[in-house]
Amino acid sequence: MPRSVPRTVLDVTVNNHPGVMSHVCGLFSRRAFNVEAILCLPMHGGEASRIWLLVDEDDRLEQMIRQMRKLQDVHDVRVSTEKTAVFDQLGTVMGG
Amino acid sequence: MFRMTGAELTIRLLERQGIRIVSGIPGGANLPLYDALSRSEHIHHVLARHEQGAGFIAQGMARVTGQPAVCLATSGPGATNILTAIADAKLDSVPLVCITGQVPSPLMGTDAFQEVDTYGMSIAITKHNFLVRSAQELLSVIPEAFRLAASGRPGPVLVDIPRDIQTAEIAFAQWPEPGEADPAPQAYDADIETAAAMINAARRPLLWVGGGVIAAGAGGQVRALAEKASMPVTMTLMGLGAIPRDHPLSIGMLGMHAERYTNMALEACDLIIAAGVRFDDRATGKVQEFCPAAKVIHIDIDHSEIDKIRTASVGILGDIAEVLDVLMPKVQPNGRAEWLEYIAALRAAFPQHAPVQGGYETPQKLIRRIGEIADEGAIVCTDVGKHQMWTAQSYPFRRQRQWLTSGGLGTMGFGLPAAIGASLAAPDRRVICFSGDGSLLMNIQEFATAAEQKVNVTVVLLNNNCLGLVHQQQELFFRGNYFSSEYQIAVDFLKIAEGFGWRTVDLGTSADPDADIARAFAQRGPCLVHVPVDREEKVLPMVPPGAANRIMIEGEAHA
Repeated sequence: MPRSVPRTVLDVTVNNHPGVMSHVCGLFSRRAFNVEAILCLPMHGGEASRIWLLVDEDDRLEQMIRQMRKLQDVHDVRVSTEKTAVFDQLGTVMGG
Repeated sequence: MFRMTGAELTIRLLERQGIRIVSGIPGGANLPLYDALSRSEHIHHVLARHEQGAGFIAQGMARVTGQPAVCLATSGPGATNILTAIADAKLDSVPLVCITGQVPSPLMGTDAFQEVDTYGMSIAITKHNFLVRSAQELLSVIPEAFRLAASGRPGPVLVDIPRDIQTAEIAFAQWPEPGEADPAPQAYDADIETAAAMINAARRPLLWVGGGVIAAGAGGQVRALAEKASMPVTMTLMGLGAIPRDHPLSIGMLGMHAERYTNMALEACDLIIAAGVRFDDRATGKVQEFCPAAKVIHIDIDHSEIDKIRTASVGILGDIAEVLDVLMPKVQPNGRAEWLEYIAALRAAFPQHAPVQGGYETPQKLIRRIGEIADEGAIVCTDVGKHQMWTAQSYPFRRQRQWLTSGGLGTMGFGLPAAIGASLAAPDRRVICFSGDGSLLMNIQEFATAAEQKVNVTVVLLNNNCLGLVHQQQELFFRGNYFSSEYQIAVDFLKIAEGFGWRTVDLGTSADPDADIARAFAQRGPCLVHVPVDREEKVLPMVPPGAANRIMIEGEAHA
């Protein structure tokens, strides 16, 4: 079924310690804003992590980004529409 | 090298932050902290009777001073009990540092005795939180907690410290600097220019000020700007006291329990300068129909508030006092006679419910009267309910940080412990706590704390033996089906207060209420003033929840 809302990727750099993922995902779940897919890998020798979130590009997104920037463990949030292809590729690998 | 335990380090770091009073309750998981606290020469500990009370005592201190205050709780039930006070601080942007004990690290995640996931539970209700994983980490975490609580939009920070980290020995060479608030973001000049041009061009501008103005201490700037440009000022519940209630440009509180003329003035304005407000539904009513004709200039220190609920024509990110200082010289003096005459005509056509003089005929007049009898320096605290709205409508507020109320979360039980905290922070000022019987019963155990600390708190209990606002909503919106809102027994609050060691005054049997209130205020120490109130006394006018602000029940004249 074709989707009516286009999707985009939030590219988020965060501190790497237990609980950061809860902070980030909690922002979305509290606002009933679904995260469709998540990728997370450590970087810089494990001090930081990079999270990619596949989300709907609807009119709440700007507020989500501002809320995320307020999180103390979040260094940077960028919108990278072109990275949605990575999730499509992973989708074939994972058999979805 | 300095050598000490994690617990001693924590207490020393609190001392270095300038903390002189902490509230809390000891328990198994924070006993090392308490043991270290017992040896502090600088910090006075206030033993609350319930952790929620401890949290609100700290809130009272923080709301009066504007500085972060500290509360302590143990793991498990201690932590869950204090969470309501933390959530309350989050919604009203109160700087707080809450330190909880946690079960020893090796037991975490095993469902150990008195273990809960304090970190996980507090994520959604704190500005930030920490689970400390080594004693060394305390050197950065504690100052960081204070920095975060005080920076930008203030808020609560929780630090969870496992017991083994409290007892661990560490050595370190240097003390960290105490954590302090970061400088506020600088507003863009172009935005200020645009805002000034919009104000200068506006025919019917209004200033709408909220808790952010109080947090920024910008009441003086608001008043000066209003006077220069002849802009009426309306306040949210949290913004009361930003300018004196009897200032000619004050049009009082807006929203659900505003005066009719105030909400009608908002309908008519062509520009709102919204400063430190978050477009809360209790203030805006149905937001799509709020100030339909107005452009919006929104000034706030929190970027996520701008455009959150209503898109601003101009959003200015910065400290409100600093922004108004820069804006002021660019705003032209303007008498705006037509606009002020229109508002005066509205006020005449829809006379205020709020009394302009005190007396004893209604709860509103009584509150006004107490404001006339109390000195101007009195701090006014409330619980949540009808008495809160009557106080918001009637008390003659004159200054910032004079008014402490649970606005965002609306926590019944807030008043008494917050009043205790206010009195501890400002021992030379009288603290008056207006409460209701429903609210007072929710933290009445803190009567013991108040008596023990000999705080100068007068609780004025407006007793209607029911859950008043619930009762009112059931009457108006549920065809008078008063299910579970009327108490079946009448509690004798005078006896209860006496049992806790309080002085009491009963206005219900008073022959000379003025003299009895003066008597209550004449002595130091806690005193209960009991006032029987009819259940039928309503808070009016009222915008039904979800309706536009122009739909006001009993908004008509009520002379």
